[in-house]
Amino acid sequence: MRRIVEGFVALSGAAMLAASFGGDAVAQAWEPTRPVQFIVPAGTGGGADLMARVIQGTIAKNNLMKQPMQVVNKAGGSGGEGFLDVKDSKADPHKLIITLSSLFTTPLATGIPFNWKDMTPVAMLALDEFVLWVNADSPYKTAGEYLAAIKAGGPNKFKMGGTGAKQEDQIITVAVEKAAGQKLTYVPFAGGGQVATELVGKHVDSTVNNPNEAVSHWKAGTLRPLCVFDSKRLPITEKVTATMAWSDIPTCKESGLDVEYVMLRGVFTSPGVPQAAVDYYVGVMRKVRETPEWLDLMKSGAFNTTFMIGDEYRNWVSREEAVHFNLMKEAGFLAN
Amino acid sequence: MDEISSLIGGFATVLQPYNLVLMVVGIVLGVIIGVLPGLGGANGVAILLPLTFSMSPTSAIIMLSCIYWGALFGGAITSILFNIPGEPWSVATTFDGYPMAQKGQAAEALTAAFTSSFVGALFAVVLITFLAPLVAQFALRFGPPELFSVMFLAFCSFVGLGRGSPFKTVASMMIGFWLAAIGLDSITGRLRLTFGSYELMRGVDFLVVVIGLFGIGEILLTIEEGLTFKGKNARINPRIVLETWKELPKYWATSLRSAIIGCWLGITPAGATPASFMSYGIAKRMSKDGDAFGTGRIEGVVAPETAAHAAGTSALLPMLTLGIPGSPTAAVLLGGLLIWGLQPGPMLFVEQKEFVWGLIASMYLGNIVGLIVVLAAVPWFAAILRIPFSIIASVILVLCAIGAYTVHNAILDVWFVLLFGVVGYIFKKLDYPLAPMVLAIVLGDRAESSFRQAMLMSQGDLSIFWANGLVASISGLAVVLLFWPLLSRLRLWLTEKRFFVRRRVQEDVAPTDGRTEAGSGKSRAK
Amino acid sequence: MRIAEMIVAAFLIAIGAVVMWDSVRIGAGWASDGPRSGYFPFYVSLLLILSSLVVFVQAAIGNDRRVFVERRQFGPVLSVFIPTTIFVLVIPWIGIYFATALFIAYFMWWIGGYRDWTILPVAVGVPLATFCVFEIWFLVPLPKGPIETMLGY
Repeated sequence: MRRIVEGFVALSGAAMLAASFGGDAVAQAWEPTRPVQFIVPAGTGGGADLMARVIQGTIAKNNLMKQPMQVVNKAGGSGGEGFLDVKDSKADPHKLIITLSSLFTTPLATGIPFNWKDMTPVAMLALDEFVLWVNADSPYKTAGEYLAAIKAGGPNKFKMGGTGAKQEDQIITVAVEKAAGQKLTYVPFAGGGQVATELVGKHVDSTVNNPNEAVSHWKAGTLRPLCVFDSKRLPITEKVTATMAWSDIPTCKESGLDVEYVMLRGVFTSPGVPQAAVDYYVGVMRKVRETPEWLDLMKSGAFNTTFMIGDEYRNWVSREEAVHFNLMKEAGFLAN
Repeated sequence: MDEISSLIGGFATVLQPYNLVLMVVGIVLGVIIGVLPGLGGANGVAILLPLTFSMSPTSAIIMLSCIYWGALFGGAITSILFNIPGEPWSVATTFDGYPMAQKGQAAEALTAAFTSSFVGALFAVVLITFLAPLVAQFALRFGPPELFSVMFLAFCSFVGLGRGSPFKTVASMMIGFWLAAIGLDSITGRLRLTFGSYELMRGVDFLVVVIGLFGIGEILLTIEEGLTFKGKNARINPRIVLETWKELPKYWATSLRSAIIGCWLGITPAGATPASFMSYGIAKRMSKDGDAFGTGRIEGVVAPETAAHAAGTSALLPMLTLGIPGSPTAAVLLGGLLIWGLQPGPMLFVEQKEFVWGLIASMYLGNIVGLIVVLAAVPWFAAILRIPFSIIASVILVLCAIGAYTVHNAILDVWFVLLFGVVGYIFKKLDYPLAPMVLAIVLGDRAESSFRQAMLMSQGDLSIFWANGLVASISGLAVVLLFWPLLSRLRLWLTEKRFFVRRRVQEDVAPTDGRTEAGSGKSRAK
Repeated sequence: MRIAEMIVAAFLIAIGAVVMWDSVRIGAGWASDGPRSGYFPFYVSLLLILSSLVVFVQAAIGNDRRVFVERRQFGPVLSVFIPTTIFVLVIPWIGIYFATALFIAYFMWWIGGYRDWTILPVAVGVPLATFCVFEIWFLVPLPKGPIETMLGY
């Protein structure tokens, strides 16, 4: 785990060097002069909120910034409220925002007018993984078996629980539907923890919870992971249950369910801020990534720890935007 | 008894001087957070969470949970003194707490509220200590259809045929449901009733409406009646605490019932706010002089406060055992667990014994410390009413504005508070009841989403609401409570003959019945 | 009272109509998998309109001659409400702390009849205490204006 993180740090260090050549050399020494607002476009207690508060806490504890960081939740309209706020604050370098997939899905599903291009990308901090879970009492041991059961059952026979409507969980559900050639019933709930509990209580048949939302139930033997929606297996080999580690969960593709999805946990700032300010925040985030608090969070949540900045980050986001547009269009989730 | 020895170990952890200091600090901070409207328990805990990173997980959770207890205690203070609920779950406390304060019984009302909070919490903690695994299993049985039937039950137990025009009651309730529906429809992810305004997409928050309707509305009414607060001549004497305590055991049945309701709704997890309303409604129905509720009955303070604190405390249980937060504050604490490197969920009780039992022990001690702190402060709280109106009113208006702003960091919400202040003023003058509107906002959103989740699960088949014994009995109970006024009228009709016979005998002795007293407090709350 | 009742009821009917219109727009039916987005709002608006109609008619045929509010009472209400409105209006421009100081000073001077030596400590103390509690202690940002920016916040 450690070696992988270091690998990414080294890799992104090179990218950072390349990016900073293009920057404004004169204003290198930019520093915040006021408290920095860190906007969370989601409610308190969720994954993005948690990550923002870990960052805030690590910065405060290790004195990584001279000014304090204030976490502000702006969750209205599936996060549209938070993104609009950043979009409308022209060239205010004291405003950061952490992203979820709602960066892409909210404008498409609701018509709320914003786009990632309305903001200044700072850095990708990590990618959040998705795992297909079923109740441990269910007969399905592999994603292949579950997929076969979905195919064999009638339309809407199987219930998939997820967080929110027309967001990442439902997009994955639609992709699974497409792979199975059979409709599922998607039931939206308010938060990931609740979704996992609905599955434990057998009110739904499967979920696509993030690792840290369901890991405790997995340990307790009430949930069973079938496959992970990433291109490669999770890197963490430490045993979670008596017999399995995160790395023992096959990818969905190798189990015959050709669906891939990861969620961006990245940071953006207001439009039009100077490159020096962006570089400053990149520097802060780099330091955050080396703290034990951050590494703990990455491990407990089995995150994909890819770090990106500059053009690499920009290209990744714009590629992902196109992917989301196509997925949402096929699913019929576009507004109007 | 395995639990007892674990608990003693927990007490040993909590009683370390460092942890005791954190406990007191947490309670005081919590009370402040509870008093400031808008800055709720969830926000408060979230804000202070980063401060705890450098502490051990046990010390951190002791401090944060004490902030939570403090907020639960503190919410009642402004409800009783100024009719401004500091927290959503203390709305029902205003119904009788504020009239008590107006009658000059602010100290009595505060004592009753704090003591009831403590009783409710204690009940819930005992439940957590000894029945945690069992209760967790029970909580797991609550899916969307069950949750909807609980919401429906809370609704039915509170709404009956009150005094005044039933049409105004319906209109008021519908306004509440309308306000709850504004914003993003959580089932389809579409915006509705926003009419293209992106400011409206966050919806209209319950707290904003309540601060306006009750807080600002009350100030406008007070000004109309002359520029002073009633009840400023409140007796302020520490002995009132003891006197009130003597009276409270009379309401043991109300307390017990409210504590059970609170625990149930906290675990399911419907939350503290519906619990407080439901408990108030049922206390009103069961009480001999239920008609006098809303005029300053001490029972009307005991019921919602007991239930709210029981619910708030027991909401931590599903968090600890299942990793599912029973309240927004529990959701933030859940995030805290992850930050400290603890994984919430069924394994916590096994893997982190010291942490869990430290927390449970701090629930006992934290509530005792909390009770002492707030009771000691009762005379000072009551003395606030002696500050001249022209000073305190402006400060209250400012606090209302800040409270509204901090809910969503939006200036529009401050305008909403002002708007709902006017609505509250007009509606009170025209005898539109406000409580049904508030209840509809609390329950509307979540009742609708659990109803529609259930409908998705059953593919539009309504029979899911009586598909198993649990959901059928809750739904049945709800229907019975809904038609309770009719049933009691029927019972009255059946016993009418005997009633008249007895009345003729009594009339010579006592010409009046309880009605006149009830009529005098007409415009309050109901 | 009669006129006030009728105005409020008419206003509620108008709200109901608007809500109903938007509910129909987003679909007020019952789809195969349960109610659609506008289903509940539609019936909410229907009940709002019906009950307000009854209230309207009752008020119209009734003969409630009580006065809604007397001029003598309404003066003080406005003398509080209008400054409060101005207070909210200026928050985005001068920030909440400065507005609070001015508002409290006005209130004490105009309504309470206090003189400057009692006004000053309250009008300065309250926003200062608020600032310490929110900005410094709890790290909750409240709206700030040019004065706070000048001071580096």
